[in-house]
Amino acid sequence: MEHLDPGTLEPWNFGTLELWNIGTLEPWNPGTLEHWNPGTLEHWNPGTLNNMRGFIIKEFYHIFRDVRTMIILFGMPVVQILLFGFALTNEIKNARIAVLDYSKDDVTAEILAKITSSGYFILEENLVSENQIEDKFRQGKIKQVIIFEDNFAESIENGKKAGIHIIGDASDPNTANLLANYTQAIIKDYQASLLMSQSAIPVLITPEPKLLFNPELKSVFMFVPGIITILLMLVCAMMTSISIAREKEIGTMEILLVSPLKPIHIILGKVTPYVVLSLINAISILLLGYFVFGMPMRGNLVLLLLEAILFIFMALSMGILISTISKTQQIALMISLAGLMLPTILLSGFIFPVENMPEVLQIISNLMPSKWFIIIIKGIMLKGVGLQYIWKETLIIILMTAFFIGLSVRNFKIRLT
Amino acid sequence: MRTLAYIIQKEFIQLFRNKVMVRIIFVLPLIQLIILSYTATFEIKMIKLHIVDFDRSKTARDLTGHFSGSPFYKIIEYSSSNKLGEQDILAGRVQQIISIPAGFEKDLNTTGQAKVQIVTDAIDGAAAALMNAYTLSIIQDFNINLLVESSGLSAEEPILTTWSFWYNPELNYKNYMVPGILVLLVTIISMFLSGMNLVKEKEIGTIEQINVTPIKKYQFIIGKLLPYWIVALVELAFGLTLARILFNIPLLGNVWLIFLVAAVYLLVTLGLALLISTRTNTQQQAMFLSWFFLVIFILMSGLFTSVDSMPQWAKIINWFNPIAYFVEIIRMIMLKGSGFMDIARSLFLLGGYAVFALSLAVWQYRKTA
Repeated sequence: MEHLDPGTLEPWNFGTLELWNIGTLEPWNPGTLEHWNPGTLEHWNPGTLNNMRGFIIKEFYHIFRDVRTMIILFGMPVVQILLFGFALTNEIKNARIAVLDYSKDDVTAEILAKITSSGYFILEENLVSENQIEDKFRQGKIKQVIIFEDNFAESIENGKKAGIHIIGDASDPNTANLLANYTQAIIKDYQASLLMSQSAIPVLITPEPKLLFNPELKSVFMFVPGIITILLMLVCAMMTSISIAREKEIGTMEILLVSPLKPIHIILGKVTPYVVLSLINAISILLLGYFVFGMPMRGNLVLLLLEAILFIFMALSMGILISTISKTQQIALMISLAGLMLPTILLSGFIFPVENMPEVLQIISNLMPSKWFIIIIKGIMLKGVGLQYIWKETLIIILMTAFFIGLSVRNFKIRLT
Repeated sequence: MRTLAYIIQKEFIQLFRNKVMVRIIFVLPLIQLIILSYTATFEIKMIKLHIVDFDRSKTARDLTGHFSGSPFYKIIEYSSSNKLGEQDILAGRVQQIISIPAGFEKDLNTTGQAKVQIVTDAIDGAAAALMNAYTLSIIQDFNINLLVESSGLSAEEPILTTWSFWYNPELNYKNYMVPGILVLLVTIISMFLSGMNLVKEKEIGTIEQINVTPIKKYQFIIGKLLPYWIVALVELAFGLTLARILFNIPLLGNVWLIFLVAAVYLLVTLGLALLISTRTNTQQQAMFLSWFFLVIFILMSGLFTSVDSMPQWAKIINWFNPIAYFVEIIRMIMLKGSGFMDIARSLFLLGGYAVFALSLAVWQYRKTA
């Protein structure tokens, strides 16, 4: 617990780093470099290359010596993907329902048996009166009530219409709608079999469903590309913006600016460790998806990695842009959260299909780099397509990267205030 | 008491003199509400269809007509080549192919049986299941028509199914999302900002100055947390107003009950934030740790996906998820008008959680700082 004490950590931090950065690195640098290749390099910018190497190494130390952040950085994708893979699903199973059966005959019992054996429903209660429904819904115990009319079997035998009424708790409209659809499909099946038994020659079209790319309908196939994207965004954009904002906030940016490092080198030095980190992360998610969840890799792995690197550059340029407009870490965080994470999760088709959103948001979603990247990953991994199917998406990300870099170069100020 | 008032005053001044922060605090809910409430829907409004028809018969056209007549389908392409269909799926132009084989009508008339192939892009498993169900139900309708025609028994279907949706008859998905988003809103303010704010003193070293003043630990903690408790509640009021005015979300229950629950809930999140701040030294670490837990809490909470469908162990994890409690409660109060007795059990658990989290955090705080 000793090392947790801020008292001991702080002085050590600043002392050694500053000393090491300026004191040891500087004098050592120009000498060796000039000696090595005086002609071209001196002309260009003496000492920068080695300076930058030192700076990058410092940044690596900064990140890697922080064990907790490391654990989270590498633990988070693992936890997220396991959660998504095993716990979360957007299908509805085991919904609790109640039945109000006024008829209580063979037919209603048969329909009810079909409904409860479908796997979608669990029969929680048999109600006796409609007055109970409101209470049950309010307590949140059940999602749907199925009401069978009186004299159900008789009505069918006499060729009259037998009525079933479905009441859904539509405070959760998705579930209500899905459950009503499932129930209706089961009832329709029952009707078809009823008609079949009555008619002499069966006339039937048998549908043969075939589910491409994901025959077992695993949610994780949908989530793996999304999690890779979110994580690359988080590590590259959010971490970069915050770590640059941190230098500004605690005042060390001034020290960096008066050093012989050029702004571009400071930025490159800042982002390099995150590139490495996020690549490791992306690869570990891919491995997890492949080995734990049987996610296929139908396309070209090299192409996928190249696209991932392109996206990493895009995210980094976004992070730099955010850092140029925020003075403190808190502001960088809030902008990243509001401007990056939410749109990444919501407008990219990660959880919610974009096609079903209002027109305006569909247009806005085109501005989200993550949307294009998710299309690319799904295309390569699951559909096994080559560049001829995804060159458009790739080009869009390249253009976005160029745009962000251009904007941040314009915004980057050498002076602080 | 006066010391406490001064600390709180200092925190408020620090918070509000940061103009960008103030703007973010009030713009964030707006962005969140607008984007989230419109995007978060699983509803499938349109299925893009490619019909591959090798038969070109009247029955095949009838079947196609059933699809073109449905508002859920849009026939993008009509061809007689499986290859074209496949290409369309690969390029993502269509989501489903319906392939009617040659001899479809003949088979149906002679043997009474015919086959139709439905090929679905199933990368999004949930959507695929739904698209499949829609298509199967349209074919089943078609079958029932055929059966009724051929048997001549009764002209209509024997069972009449009707339905009604309570609390939200138009199935407006916004009604469901907005209350949940309000929870996210107060959570981000109370957990992220307060956590980072506590660590900031450590990071820039001002905590040592505070430690040598006569300010007592409890005064410092209350002084740090209370402003965020207040800001989060104001934010909730702001969010509720927006929900009412912009989105017309019903509020059937008692609004004060919501604030009561929120007040308790915020104690939990502030306690967690304090706990996180005792384990971290920099804002970056604090933010990261909060982010880690927040993502898990949010995803597991039932905000986006159904809690009922989760396996048992995941439901047990959810006992420790404050967001899950609040999301459930606020939806019940706003949309169904549930009263105090309906939510008493959850509220009680939340209260216990608050006591536990806060005392653990205060105890840990003494140990480290």
